[in-house]
Amino acid sequence: MNFSTPQEDYVYPGHQACPGCNAALAVRFILQVLGRNTVAVISACCWTNIGGAYPNTSLKVSSLHSLFAASAAMATGVRLGLKRQGKGETNVLVIAGDGGTFDIGLQSLSGAVERNEDFLYVCYDNEGYMNTGNQRSSATPWGAATTTTAAGNLEASIKKNILEIMAAHRIPYAATACAAFPDDLKSKVEKASRIKGSKFLHILSPCPVGWGYPTEYMVKMGRLAVDSKVFPLYEVYDGFQYNITLEPKGNPVREYLKLQNRFRYLNDDEVEWIQKNVDKEWGILTERAKIRKYIKDQDINDSVEGKYKGI
Amino acid sequence: MLARVKVIAAYPITPQTTIVEELSKFCADGRLDADFVKVESEHSAMACCIGATATGVRTFTATSSHGLLYMHEGLHWAAGARLPIVMANVNRSVGAPWSIRCDQNDSLSQRDTGWIQLYCEDNQEVMDTIVQAYKVAERVSLPCMILLEGFSLSHTTDIVEILDQELVDRYLADSQPENRLDLEDPHSFCGTCSPVPNAYFNFRYHQQKAMEEAKAVFKAADEEFHQVFGRRYGPLETYRCEEAEVVLVTSGTITSTARDTVDDLRKSGQRIGLIKIKMFRPFPSDEIAALLAPYEKVAVIDRNLSSGQGGIFAAEIKAALYNRKKRPALFGFVAGLGGMDVTPSLIEDMIRFTLENESPPADILWAA
Repeated sequence: MNFSTPQEDYVYPGHQACPGCNAALAVRFILQVLGRNTVAVISACCWTNIGGAYPNTSLKVSSLHSLFAASAAMATGVRLGLKRQGKGETNVLVIAGDGGTFDIGLQSLSGAVERNEDFLYVCYDNEGYMNTGNQRSSATPWGAATTTTAAGNLEASIKKNILEIMAAHRIPYAATACAAFPDDLKSKVEKASRIKGSKFLHILSPCPVGWGYPTEYMVKMGRLAVDSKVFPLYEVYDGFQYNITLEPKGNPVREYLKLQNRFRYLNDDEVEWIQKNVDKEWGILTERAKIRKYIKDQDINDSVEGKYKGI
Repeated sequence: MLARVKVIAAYPITPQTTIVEELSKFCADGRLDADFVKVESEHSAMACCIGATATGVRTFTATSSHGLLYMHEGLHWAAGARLPIVMANVNRSVGAPWSIRCDQNDSLSQRDTGWIQLYCEDNQEVMDTIVQAYKVAERVSLPCMILLEGFSLSHTTDIVEILDQELVDRYLADSQPENRLDLEDPHSFCGTCSPVPNAYFNFRYHQQKAMEEAKAVFKAADEEFHQVFGRRYGPLETYRCEEAEVVLVTSGTITSTARDTVDDLRKSGQRIGLIKIKMFRPFPSDEIAALLAPYEKVAVIDRNLSSGQGGIFAAEIKAALYNRKKRPALFGFVAGLGGMDVTPSLIEDMIRFTLENESPPADILWAA
C-alpha cells in the first residue's frame, strides 16, 4: 500500500520497551502516519517508561503524561487549548494501555467520546497490567494465568469487548488493529486522521513478558491472533457500519494458545470451549458486517467531514 | 471572565452550581469567549484543565466538597506539573453523613497538594482575588485555589463592583505561563523520573521555592491591585489590635461577624483585636508570629477539624510561634462545623472563656 504521508520515524531508537514489545512498534507506525504535528497524551502504562525517563524522551513529538484514570479528559483539554491558539489541525493522540482504557480510564474515555472530542485514542492491549508485572485486567482473556489469576484461579471472566462499548457511543470511527499488520494499522490511522471527532483504535499488543513466548515470536503472535479470529481486524463507522478489513486465514485457536505460557494450564475441553467462543464471536461480527440497509453513503461522508455530531 | 480564560471544565456540585451555571451562560451568549466543557466528573474536570493549561491557555474550574476530594489526585498533578490553574472551591462539609452546608474541611484536607490557597470573606473579595490569583499563579507557575463559603457567599447576593476589563487586561498582561506544550520545540512533560531519584527531589525543591516566592509575589500583586483598583487585602489583615487583651484569629465569613463583635466590645471598653488570615498556603508563618508575639492571649476560631489533632489554623499558628521566645497562650476553638451558625454571642463566649482562663485547658475547645 502506498501512503502519501512521510515515513519518517518519530520514535527514537533506544527507547525503553522490553525486547519483542508490540506496543513500541505500534506507536512507531502510528506516528509515521500522523507525523510531526502531533501531541501525545500518555496515560500511566508501559509507555510511561517506553516514552523515556527524565531528562530524556523517546518521542520526537511533544508529549504530556497523564493521570491513569483521566487521559481522555486531559486530551480534551489539550485539544481545546490548541484549538484556542489556532492549532486545530494538530493531531491529539492518546496512548493508553488496556488497564487505563478498559478499567480505571473507562469513565473519562466514555465521557470524552460521548462529547465526541476530536482526538485519536489508541489503546494498545497487552491483556493485563504489564507495567506493574502481569496482573489481570478486564482485557485478560478467559483461561489466562497472570500473577493475580494463578493456576487454580485462572481468569474466569470473558474479555470485555471494548470496541463494542466504543461503538455503542456512536463515535465516528472505531477500529481494531495490530502492529503485526502494519499496512492495515497505518491505513486505519490515516483514515482516522481525516475524520473529525472521536476516533478509537483497539490495538492488540502481544507481550512476551506477560504472555510467555520467545521474543522472536513478536510478530508471529499478532499474526496468529488475527488469523485464528481471536482478534479480528475490522472497523466501525458511527457505531453501526461494520467493515472487516482483513479476512483471517482461520487457523485453529490451539496454534495461538500453545505458544503462550499463560494458557499452559488449559485442558483440551477448555481449548475447545475457547474455539467455540471465538467462532461464535466471529459469526456475530460477520453478521454485523452485513448490515447495510440503514446506511447511506452520505451518512459516511458526513461522518468523515465531522457533520455527524455537529463538529 | 475578566481574566479572559479560554477553557472552563466543570462538573456540577452543590453549592458550586451557581458559579458554573453563570459561566455556562456567559459562554453561551458570547460574553465570554471560552470553551465550556461539560465533563463527566470532577476528576476529569481537573484533568481537562491540566491538559488545556499545558498548552498555554488560561483555564478555570469550580468545585466543592466531595468534588474537590475527587480531584485530589489531579491537584497534586497540576502542582507538580507547575500549571497555573485557578479554581474556586465553595467550602462545604465532607460526608459521611451528607451535609451540603459549610465548613473548611474539604479544602484544608488538600493543603499538602501544592496549591496556593486564598480564603475570602465576601463576594467582592472573591472576584478581586480571582484576578489576583492568575497573576500570582502564572508568575510562580503554581495552581491557586480561591475559597469561599457555601451558601454564606455562594447563595447570597451582594453588591459587587465589577472590575474594568481594560484595567484587568493591563493588570494581567505581563504574566505568561512558563511551561507549555510547544509543537516547534517538542518536549516531554510529567514523564517518569524514577531512574534519576535526585531529579524528583529537585523538582520538589523548586516547587517549594516557588511556593515560598508566592508570598512576596502575592504581596506585590496585591499592592499593584490596590494602585489600580483601590482595594487590597494582604495575606493577613489586622483589625483594632492595639493593646488588645485577646486577639481573635479568623478566616472566611466568620471574620465579618467577629469584626462586628470586636467593634461592640471595644465600645464597652474591652480591648479585643482581630487578625484575618487570607493566605493559608503558603502559610505566612513569620508574619503571623511577628504579629501575635506581643500579645498575651490569642483565640483562634477554626471552622474545620483535623481529626485526632484539632483546629487546623490553630495548629499552623502554634507551629509558627514555636521558635519565638515570647509567645501568647493560644486558645483553639472549633466552631461552625457543618454550617452551624457562629453568632456574635458565641464569639463573645469564646472571648470571655479566653479572658477567664490562664491557659487553654485542652487542644480543642468546642464552641457551640
